[in-house]
Amino acid sequence: MTAPSTTAMTYREACKQGIRDALLSEPRCFMMGEDIGRYGGCYAVSKGLLDEFGEVRIRDTPLSENGFTGIGIGAAMAGLRPIVEIMTINFSLLALDQIVNNAATIPHMSGGQFAVPLVIRMATGGGRRVAAQHSHSLEGWYAHVPGLRVLAPATVEDARFMLPAALKDPNPVLIFEHVMLYNVEATLDPGLREVDIDHARIRRPGTDVSLIAFGYGVTKALAAAELLAADGISAEVLDLRVLRPLDSETILASVRRTRRCVMVDEAWRSGSLAAEIGMRIAEEAFFELDAPPRRVCGAEVPMPYAPHLEDAALPQPEGIAAAARGLVRPA
Amino acid sequence: MNPKVRLDHAHVRHLLREMLRIRQFEAKCVELYQAQKILGFLHLYDGEEAVSVGVMQALEPTDAVVATYREHGQALARGVPMAALLAEMLGFQQGSCRGRGGSMHIFDRARRFHGGNAIVGGGLPLAAGVALADQMQASGAVTACFFGEGAVDEGAFHETMNLAALWRLPLLFVCENNRYSMGMALERAESEIDIARKAAAYRMAASAVDGMDVVAVEAAARTATAAIRAGDGPQFLECRTYRFRAHSMFDPQQYRSREEIDAWRPRDPIHRFQTWLEESHLLSAGEPEAVAAEVAAELAAAVIAAEAGTPEPVAELARFVTMTEIPQ
Repeated sequence: MTAPSTTAMTYREACKQGIRDALLSEPRCFMMGEDIGRYGGCYAVSKGLLDEFGEVRIRDTPLSENGFTGIGIGAAMAGLRPIVEIMTINFSLLALDQIVNNAATIPHMSGGQFAVPLVIRMATGGGRRVAAQHSHSLEGWYAHVPGLRVLAPATVEDARFMLPAALKDPNPVLIFEHVMLYNVEATLDPGLREVDIDHARIRRPGTDVSLIAFGYGVTKALAAAELLAADGISAEVLDLRVLRPLDSETILASVRRTRRCVMVDEAWRSGSLAAEIGMRIAEEAFFELDAPPRRVCGAEVPMPYAPHLEDAALPQPEGIAAAARGLVRPA
Repeated sequence: MNPKVRLDHAHVRHLLREMLRIRQFEAKCVELYQAQKILGFLHLYDGEEAVSVGVMQALEPTDAVVATYREHGQALARGVPMAALLAEMLGFQQGSCRGRGGSMHIFDRARRFHGGNAIVGGGLPLAAGVALADQMQASGAVTACFFGEGAVDEGAFHETMNLAALWRLPLLFVCENNRYSMGMALERAESEIDIARKAAAYRMAASAVDGMDVVAVEAAARTATAAIRAGDGPQFLECRTYRFRAHSMFDPQQYRSREEIDAWRPRDPIHRFQTWLEESHLLSAGEPEAVAAEVAAELAAAVIAAEAGTPEPVAELARFVTMTEIPQ
């Protein structure tokens, strides 16, 4: 099972190779979660890892999210480098106590005596027709919490290299893998060995409007930019990558160039990460804007099952393009 | 009496002294609280001293402890310096956690004291994680996890009991059953009030012990830690105890009667142990008073040292929110 370095790789495979990298290079690293071993992972990310690394380092857990997430925290405090996989973001709410009350607080609460070098991975987002308990986008809740680093790999490259970088962070890092990205394929630069986990990145440069997105939203924003290009509007697509701490500098620099912005966020609009980014732009770049900041967010409903309803509840390229068009060419 | 507890003169004197340290320390805390020098919550251990003092006798310096929010006794018995503990409660930078934790969150890395946890049950998964790390690193260390009987109501308790038994973690569960979770009586909260029996559902060896008897607690803890060190997996120890004071300083105690508290008084672990030591001539006449005086001197020095502390500069407010390196 050698890592294909130059050929095309799926996002799923990239996640797996990132984990392999971590397990091979860090003897203190192990992974635990539900059905990651014999079953091979709910999204097949960890398929084959049990055979390669054995059951001490690839630990199947019972359905005890709060329990095994807390175990990850304790193990991290006591010298290990655990990776915890939570099957899907809605289930992470069962572990919210451990993540927010322990992982995020202990370094500060202990006066710096203990670090919690823990990585928690989970699948997030809608689009798979799995309704209201498997489809939400709650990254913004975690991005609210001081002490956590929150990552949203939107590309195969980030899926491959964010986890090894996260493992080197002395703080708890949450990685949100969007379910719609697992099958996406890309060819990695064979010379690339690492990525930073500090900065946002421009995925498509443009001059008229900044589309600010993360996760699968980046794919949709890029599609919207194509639609806008056909209209003669040059949209810049900014991939946040890091949801906490937010890279305000890159965000503001983009908006100062284009003077217009649309935030794309699958989460519910009220209290969303999009709201936070919009307010930062309003605070820092208000007088440099040519139009008010706009948001394209998920509809404020529990995610419905039926395809036409789910599609209507999620941001779509047409809606993003329409919002941007409204800023560039107001009626 | 369990033969594993050597009741020689030095040891019984030590046990008495350790319990008195907690009792006197907390009496001083009440004064400082009334003087508004200690703020927030203050959860006192008065009546429960035998539990942490007894359990700590069975632990080695290389072992680990996870504590509750009613943790002054657990911290002192583990060896957290009195002055650092008090300075923390006064909110000073000389405190264990530089004034960030306070009474409920004492941490001491050097003593593997992994914190007072104020989410009831929240410390249990964390303790299992510390134990897992020791197991995976084959360190031979045991983790003692303290929690009140209220934690038994929480899902975290059951998840951790199961995982600890399943993975045979070197973990000692120490349930301080003081019969009330805040104001909720055990029999009003649990369908099965014999807590030690709950361990059987997880195939974990368990025993219930008189938590007002320091020697009984020590003996049970030594038996349990010996089993853990021998590779028998986690052990469960229920210590039946009683809290003489209110839950916190805001508690008018309408949920229990004066008579009930008075009925428990004769079982006060310090009074009882001291009386027994005198009757059995394990301590000579006047010795308990000498021990109390030693403790008073230690406390007086700790108060002076702690009160000389200085506030953490506000400029340091955000320090340690994220760490730049992992402390070794």
